[in-house]
Amino acid sequence: MTWKAQYWTLGFDLQMSFKRKAKAAHARSTPARNLHELRRGESGILDRLEVPEEEARRLMEMGFLPGHKVTPAHSAPGGDPRVFRVDGSEVALRRETAIRLILR
Amino acid sequence: MSDCHGCPAATMTMPPPGGLSGARRQIVAIVGPPNSGKSTMFNRLTGLRQKVANFPGVTVEHRMGRVKLEDDREVFVVDLPGVYSLNPRTEDERVTHDVLTGRMKDLPKPDAVLLILDSTNLGRHLVLAAPVLSLGLPTLVILNMADDLGRGGGKIDSAELAMQLGAPVALVSAAKGEGVDKVFQFLAGTTHSAAPQQKPLMELPVIQDIPKCRAWAANAGSKAKYHAPAPPLWTRRLDSIFLNKIFGPLVFLLVVVGVFETIFAGAKPIQDLIDHAIDYSGLWIQHLLPDNAFRSLLINGVWKGVGSVVQFLPQILFLFLFIGILEDSGYLARAALIADRTMARIGLQGKSFIPLLSAYACAVPAIMATRTIENKRDRIATILIAPFMTCSARLPVYTLIIAAFIAPHFQVLALLGLYLAGFLAAITTAKLLKSTVLKSTRSSFMLEMPPYRWPTVRSLSLRLLDRSKVFLQRAGTVILAVAVVIWVLGNVPLSHGKPPSLDHSFEAGIGHAVEPAIRPLGFNWKIGIGLISSLAAREVIVGTLGTIYGMEGSDLEHSKDLQQALRKDLSPGGAAALLVFFAFAMQCMSTIAVVRRETGGWKWPAAQFAYMTLFAYAFAFIANRLVTALA
Repeated sequence: MTWKAQYWTLGFDLQMSFKRKAKAAHARSTPARNLHELRRGESGILDRLEVPEEEARRLMEMGFLPGHKVTPAHSAPGGDPRVFRVDGSEVALRRETAIRLILR
Repeated sequence: MSDCHGCPAATMTMPPPGGLSGARRQIVAIVGPPNSGKSTMFNRLTGLRQKVANFPGVTVEHRMGRVKLEDDREVFVVDLPGVYSLNPRTEDERVTHDVLTGRMKDLPKPDAVLLILDSTNLGRHLVLAAPVLSLGLPTLVILNMADDLGRGGGKIDSAELAMQLGAPVALVSAAKGEGVDKVFQFLAGTTHSAAPQQKPLMELPVIQDIPKCRAWAANAGSKAKYHAPAPPLWTRRLDSIFLNKIFGPLVFLLVVVGVFETIFAGAKPIQDLIDHAIDYSGLWIQHLLPDNAFRSLLINGVWKGVGSVVQFLPQILFLFLFIGILEDSGYLARAALIADRTMARIGLQGKSFIPLLSAYACAVPAIMATRTIENKRDRIATILIAPFMTCSARLPVYTLIIAAFIAPHFQVLALLGLYLAGFLAAITTAKLLKSTVLKSTRSSFMLEMPPYRWPTVRSLSLRLLDRSKVFLQRAGTVILAVAVVIWVLGNVPLSHGKPPSLDHSFEAGIGHAVEPAIRPLGFNWKIGIGLISSLAAREVIVGTLGTIYGMEGSDLEHSKDLQQALRKDLSPGGAAALLVFFAFAMQCMSTIAVVRRETGGWKWPAAQFAYMTLFAYAFAFIANRLVTALA
């Protein structure tokens, strides 16, 4: 699907991400190392944030502090971004950010 | 909304300006994290006595309001932007920090602070209490959404929390009005004298970084026996529909289509009613007055000019109502989530979706709403494309031309086509900008999903009232002035004490001067005058044309007559070009002013105006040629 095709779908696409599914299947064999690898129903304890300082500060303000429990919730139709429950809130993150939040 | 006992703000009488004595009125700042219900509390306290204002030199807007206390005294409240901390790093945080420390120009240091926190998520929200209490100002800690806390089985010992923090604590539901009397008591207290500060049982953290403040907040919460409520079940249930792989996009599409359907179908009967009222009152006045120049000015200048614009108020209000509901209910955050992937393809992100949707109502609040986008380049790109979205001021123009030139069966299609054209222009421009001058690495996207809430009638009606005021003010000032100027220019120079025929007036002179430039688009000099006048605001052209054709002697007794006059004067190619021109051109002084303010200079608004005008001219030219060739 080229970016032009979205003209006709008015702002979103129904395209499924098969890549993500393949990756998730791979993750089954080993415990989740980062937020992105967490499956539905799993949760993990955040260890560190491997992102630039400014972004880390924002994430920590939203509740992503080392030691906090993070649980994945719903995601956007394509699988990305995904909503995570942390410290009483629900915050949506893109995959590239979720990969950099490392679990214990 | 009858639950206003103990809530003096509900008395609607406006107090005399200046208050009781010459003494300076007390200033109270409202501070809190995003989604803590600050605005609801602000509305609850001030009611209609509020206005939006800007701090000098910064782009952050804030609302100021007056709270009337029981003994007729008044307090000023300032609603500050939602922040998680007071580290002056983002602009919102800097403004909050500067106001609270008295460093904001033109605003004295506040006498007291209302710190609003969400009681259902107190652990995280109490983090902000540490830096705010460290300021040493008299502070009331308001634990908002107490009704949700109770319903979810949560608990807090607010007396104990007050002891721990050394500041009064009030458990409040701003949406329901419960406990708001405590806030009024606090306000009344601060205006007497600063209440003696209690010594807090808990020491504030010395180094205020986020982990330390969070640990401090957890400690305070546990000492006050805070028990968080059960997670909002309804929010999770609704999310499993709204964020479902299949239903999510369907609901999204339904919402977008529903918004437009409501605007056109829902507002139509009310609009017709206003239209008739204007027609008949105009006729009635015409019969009352003797036939002279004054009658002509009043009927052809004022009534036709202003009336043709005022009838679009219902459509505009419907649009703002819809966007208000979407925003207050919490759905807009989900829509941003769903839209993120698509927005990423044109180089933007989900947060750009919210301003772009509100740009369908008006680009001015939309451009202000881009402040939530942290990435500066993303934000500027969003600002630059927002005026391409079909704003409500274009509707009067579209409706007039479409009704005059397009067969009834194809009218809705034509309108949808114009909406689509604006949308396509916006995303093409975004793609262009983000792959050239505003190129940036894929930015991060983090967006808090607030729980779903019922929008309150109170906050929605305040929004609509505010919009009506802005719109009618513009109709009563800018549009009225333009209508009078157009009428005067059409009636001078006098020859033998009589006004000239329109073709020999100054107006025709100006029109003929610009005609060569617009002739390739199929416009004559009258449309040219309309275009010049619409630089003030798009919808002004309708009033201008009403005035011009009214003077020309076409007896415009009904709005249908303006359509007929246009049909005689404009070719189908010219009509198509006019529609296309309005779809793409940036004819709006308010938008230019707000872009200048938000981008901090003339560079972006000037480039934007030039780009959009050229874009509009080129496509209007093509449209004219194409339709003329086909017809």
